[in-house]
Amino acid sequence: MFVFILKRIAFMFITMVVVSVLLFLLLEISPGSVATKVLGPYSSEEQRNLWLEQHGYFEPIYVRYLSWLGNFVTGEFSESIRFKVPVSEVLWPRLGNTAILGIAVFAVMIPLSLVLGILAGMREGSKLDRTISVTSIVTTSVPEFASAVFLSALFVFWLKWLPGTSGMAEGFNLKELVLPVMVLVLYDFGYVARMTRASMAEVMTMPYIRTAVLKGLPYNKVILKHALRNALITPFTVIMLQINWLLSGVIVVEFFFAYKGFGALLLEASLNQDIFLIEACAMVAVFVAVATQTIADIGYTYLNPRIRFS
Amino acid sequence: MANATVTTTPESTHWTALKRAIRSFALFRESWIGMIGAAIIVFWILVAIFAPLISPFDPLATLQPFAKPGTTFVKGGTFLLGTDHIGRDILSRLIWGSRTVLIYAPLATFTAYAVGILMGLAAGYQRGWVDDVLSRISDIVLSFPVLVLYIIIIATIGASGVNIIIAITFASAPGVMRIVRGLVLDLRSRDYVAAAQIRGESAWYIMLVEILPNARGPLIVDACLRMGYVIITIGVLGFLGLGLPPPDPDWGGMINETRQMAMAFPHMALFPCMAISSLILGFNLLADGLREISLRD
Repeated sequence: MFVFILKRIAFMFITMVVVSVLLFLLLEISPGSVATKVLGPYSSEEQRNLWLEQHGYFEPIYVRYLSWLGNFVTGEFSESIRFKVPVSEVLWPRLGNTAILGIAVFAVMIPLSLVLGILAGMREGSKLDRTISVTSIVTTSVPEFASAVFLSALFVFWLKWLPGTSGMAEGFNLKELVLPVMVLVLYDFGYVARMTRASMAEVMTMPYIRTAVLKGLPYNKVILKHALRNALITPFTVIMLQINWLLSGVIVVEFFFAYKGFGALLLEASLNQDIFLIEACAMVAVFVAVATQTIADIGYTYLNPRIRFS
Repeated sequence: MANATVTTTPESTHWTALKRAIRSFALFRESWIGMIGAAIIVFWILVAIFAPLISPFDPLATLQPFAKPGTTFVKGGTFLLGTDHIGRDILSRLIWGSRTVLIYAPLATFTAYAVGILMGLAAGYQRGWVDDVLSRISDIVLSFPVLVLYIIIIATIGASGVNIIIAITFASAPGVMRIVRGLVLDLRSRDYVAAAQIRGESAWYIMLVEILPNARGPLIVDACLRMGYVIITIGVLGFLGLGLPPPDPDWGGMINETRQMAMAFPHMALFPCMAISSLILGFNLLADGLREISLRD
């Protein structure tokens, strides 16, 4: 178990290093284009050379990569080209906003999808099961940008209940968070519900459940004390891996609702060729994704005694 | 079936193949979910094929801006779904846009599958260092949040049809590879593979002719699901302004161009969203139906 955790964490670091090399090669392989992006297309040859000299771009590429990596690890990001401030000044507040959005999404999605998945899986093939399955196919077929359009047409244009943008111009406003959360939950809950259902349905066919029923335990006790323990292992992994999907989803939703979050920042940086900001955002995104995968793997083995004790 | 009278003629193999096709179609009819999915897809394919005949206006012509659905055009004809901010008929753009998505989505899915299948066959059949290297590469690619990957690739190499296909192939092939590898690991110990090895067939012959056809069932289901994701991806890229360059009609791009006016003129973005959602739904329902049938056998 201990070796397994070490292996997982080692793999996580290797992935991060490989990604950082690829990112560095993709964006900074030619110093000339870096200088052009930083100083703008109308800068003179001399200005660019001076800038490159000052920032150590005439060193060999591996020296540049290592010093770049060193700055990265210590959190010393360069200056954002677009915002004209250090990258960390824009990055961390934006990441905080996205964390608020993400927590709100999970707080709604997890109870909803687990309850629906368990109810559907308890009686496989029942009317409720069919309804939930078909509903989740439909909701996962509507991409985030489309459900954002549908929901804002309904709640903003026709009913006029909610604001159409979530810029939070006058401080934090819970009402502005409702539509982004709704869109993300709608897209994501179907998949988690289906996985929970499959896991629950499998557990319900186990002999030990039949034994529990036949020895006369009340049905809700069979479900709560016996079935759920095993049925919830898979959903745990699925929910952790869902964070990776959520990182994609927030880009679309934040862009649509003008929410000042991490996803919108990454998109803005990419569209404006703000390379230092792209690098920082991409590394943060990959770190979050890989870290949650590692936690999911470790958690899965911890929760599953058959693996834990083998 | 009534055709069972045919017995030992040389065509009998054709007959059995035909009978099998008819039987699987009959099975398919039992899954009404799959039927609905197939019907939606066929509908959009017909729309794309007959676009020049059924579209009421030129999709690029600027006729009358901000017309609500049902407005009559002064020079004749009706804007059934209204027009957009620069006066192009939305229905015509939807009809022509179905061509864009139905060309690029299958093409991108196909290239992703071609690359992923080759990687998966090599990894699962050859094992050893080939497997290690390919598996590590795909682990790393799959650890990226997909959209982050797409945005960085497209923003760096530029937005065009070919680049979108390249980006989708790069991001999806590792997922295909994982599935193929798993199937190959199961199939490589079968007797017919051993027989082919003894016959002295080459490794690629065994992989492509002996193993691949026997792995097709799960792959077809996965291809349908993946097609849905690819359509979403093409839509999202268009929506984020990283899709195909204007003015060619593209559903994602239509939503991007008009979303700022969605509060005042919701019809401009609403109809493209319905179109793209229905097509994705079609593929997801088809995949569900196919899976149901394959489980029943």
